[in-house]
Amino acid sequence: MRRTSTLAATAALTPLLVLGLAACGQSTGGATADAQPESGPVTISYGIWDKNQVPAMQKIADEFHAANPNVTVKIQVTPFKQYFTTLQTAAAGGGAPDVFWMNGPNVKLYAANQQLLPLDQTISRAKLDLAKYPEALVDLYTYDGKRYGIPKDFDTIGVWYNKALFDAKKLAYPKDTWTWADFQSAARALTDKTKGVYGAAAPVEDQAGFYDTIPSAGGQVIDAAGTKSGFDSPEALQGIEFWTSLVKDGASPTVQQMTDTSPGDMFKAGKVAMYWNGSWAAVEYSDVPELKDAVNVAPVPAGPKGQVSVIHGLGNVIYAKTKHQDAAQKFVGFLGGERAAQIQADAGAVIPAYEGTQEAWVKSMPQFNLKAYVDEVATAVPYPASKNTKAWTTLQTDLLTKVWNGEVDAATGLKDLATQMNAALAKEK
Amino acid sequence: MAGVLTDREQASGTVGATAPAGSSSGSGSRGDTPAPGRRPGRPGRSHQPGRGMSRMRRNDLFWAAVFILPTLLGLVVFYLWPVVRTLLISFTETGPFGGSEFVGLANYRELFGDARLWETMLNTVKFTVVALLGIPVALVIAALLSTEGLRGVRIYRVLYFLPVVTMPAAVGLIWRTLYNGDVGVINALLGLVGIEGTNWLSNPATALYAIAAVGIWLSLGTQIVIFLAAIQGVPKDLYEAAALDGAGRIRQFWSITLPQISPSVFFISVLAVIGALQTFDLIFVMTGPTNPAYPQTETIVAQFYQRGFVENQQGYAAAIALVILVVIVAVTALQFRLQKKWVHYV
Repeated sequence: MRRTSTLAATAALTPLLVLGLAACGQSTGGATADAQPESGPVTISYGIWDKNQVPAMQKIADEFHAANPNVTVKIQVTPFKQYFTTLQTAAAGGGAPDVFWMNGPNVKLYAANQQLLPLDQTISRAKLDLAKYPEALVDLYTYDGKRYGIPKDFDTIGVWYNKALFDAKKLAYPKDTWTWADFQSAARALTDKTKGVYGAAAPVEDQAGFYDTIPSAGGQVIDAAGTKSGFDSPEALQGIEFWTSLVKDGASPTVQQMTDTSPGDMFKAGKVAMYWNGSWAAVEYSDVPELKDAVNVAPVPAGPKGQVSVIHGLGNVIYAKTKHQDAAQKFVGFLGGERAAQIQADAGAVIPAYEGTQEAWVKSMPQFNLKAYVDEVATAVPYPASKNTKAWTTLQTDLLTKVWNGEVDAATGLKDLATQMNAALAKEK
Repeated sequence: MAGVLTDREQASGTVGATAPAGSSSGSGSRGDTPAPGRRPGRPGRSHQPGRGMSRMRRNDLFWAAVFILPTLLGLVVFYLWPVVRTLLISFTETGPFGGSEFVGLANYRELFGDARLWETMLNTVKFTVVALLGIPVALVIAALLSTEGLRGVRIYRVLYFLPVVTMPAAVGLIWRTLYNGDVGVINALLGLVGIEGTNWLSNPATALYAIAAVGIWLSLGTQIVIFLAAIQGVPKDLYEAAALDGAGRIRQFWSITLPQISPSVFFISVLAVIGALQTFDLIFVMTGPTNPAYPQTETIVAQFYQRGFVENQQGYAAAIALVILVVIVAVTALQFRLQKKWVHYV
């Protein structure tokens, strides 16, 4: 008996191990001193998360090494799921890669906590012209007036559609100039309850969803300074109702259905006729033989304030505590140049951010109207982000799911969301 | 007995002490306040509490210390230190890259005022209650499996035990497809008998119970194996005597098997409660924040994860962790008290 009770008591203590939060590391000071050129060969590390892009990145690293024989670049791949957790731990311990990929939701968190090197010197040394990148992306990597990342690539949002389902209803395919009204009426016309086909999918989705429709209606998710929520505006309400009305009318599957089966899978299975998705989806659809010629893409439909897509893209950043500032600056300068962009364009996979290098990507999958994605850059808005983006995107998911589900009416839900989001934003300071 | 129970620490700290005379009483120091704090020189069975220590005793103590040391070190480094750290962090606001600021009880004040804490706590309690229903099921199966002369017992045992050795995350994914509202197997089967199923995992009314059912299925194997072993330890002559007295199989189960294996039942129930209170992986894999039923399924550990590792509020998360710890210790202590009423140690 005694053994059993001891075992049980030990088990009672086990949560301590699981729940023990051992946060380590010290606070940091930003390193802004001038980079000292080093004598002798150095090796710098380059942290990335997409293993499909390793060949292109390696090629860039090799060409850089050829031009700078003293600097060798070692690429470190961490899968995206663990990337930011690992990076955060490494940065707290002082051991993040010298140069690494950054994304929109995280850049301000890292910049505000002095984990990134301001890049003004890098830009001037490499003579980079920031006008060569989409403006919204340059803004995304700007914090407190300083540049922290050089845009690497970008993605915008388009509407993918199933041609066979349009043909079945004898409907014309979406035009590049279509409007919200066109989209809504097509969604209703394409819905066929008996076949289990829905005209569109309206999931609780930010990037390929209300982050596009809210600005299309003239609203914003967060103000430019990243300090105030825009969800309580009439325009935001319009941008949200664009989606909820589809669910209400049965032109889209319900939230519950889309929770059980992802809307992307429904689209691929021919159960959803129109599906908003990012430019990253092109490769995926192009790789599936049954989809390759069955689907195509149109730009997002124009709302009251025109055709607006959200733009997001990765940036190359330098770790503030890098021991090889000079080499890291040179490498990021090279990454930001036209040659590196060209290498990425030739490899496909992503749209390079550097002006004029997108053509190769558009031509890489000629069966799709990929030009739609590139043309949207002119009117695109930056991906909404603040210092601790995750704190309010959680609220966003929580509260908007209730709105979608009909538990809360849209106007009340959005007002709640704005209030709670503002409280979360106030805590960031 | 009431006299013993007045001293709380005593009651939760000494399990065997109030057990019937003749049992192994006096097991003074136990888990919840680990060894070092307790007086090591507690009298053994026949020793009189002597004033000084004999040489042999001191020698014993030395060797005991040597043998305990490795475990103790592990305990201190991996259990106790994290607990202390967690306690300290819970009084701070800790940044995502380290660097913390002392904020006193602010995290706790915010925590107890947060409706989400109570909601997730309620979800956790509901989940735990449902999970406990698995114990009677396991008992019955174990009793049936120990039927004299049953063929293929080993195969059954393996079948029941199989879920235990699979990863909860993988199990969660498989069950998600089974529960799928549109194309799931469960709804297809229900459809055969004319019942229209629901979106089990995204319907707020069913999600928690659907997940708890999987939790039961996962833990059934361990419970059955332990019960089987316990049942096999029950002396056969008891059954023979009962049979002579005319007791049937069901009566034998209630009057012999159950009391005889009650220590195992107690052990399992303690483990099951703790396991259920800490549930995270199943919930995380089977629902997740975008699920409309998430508010009804999010457990307190999931909330801890969300705050600490998604929203970067480590101080607040540490406070949640300590609340969980206190709840688990309290519930376990309560179970140890209640056991005196129904657990029979032979």
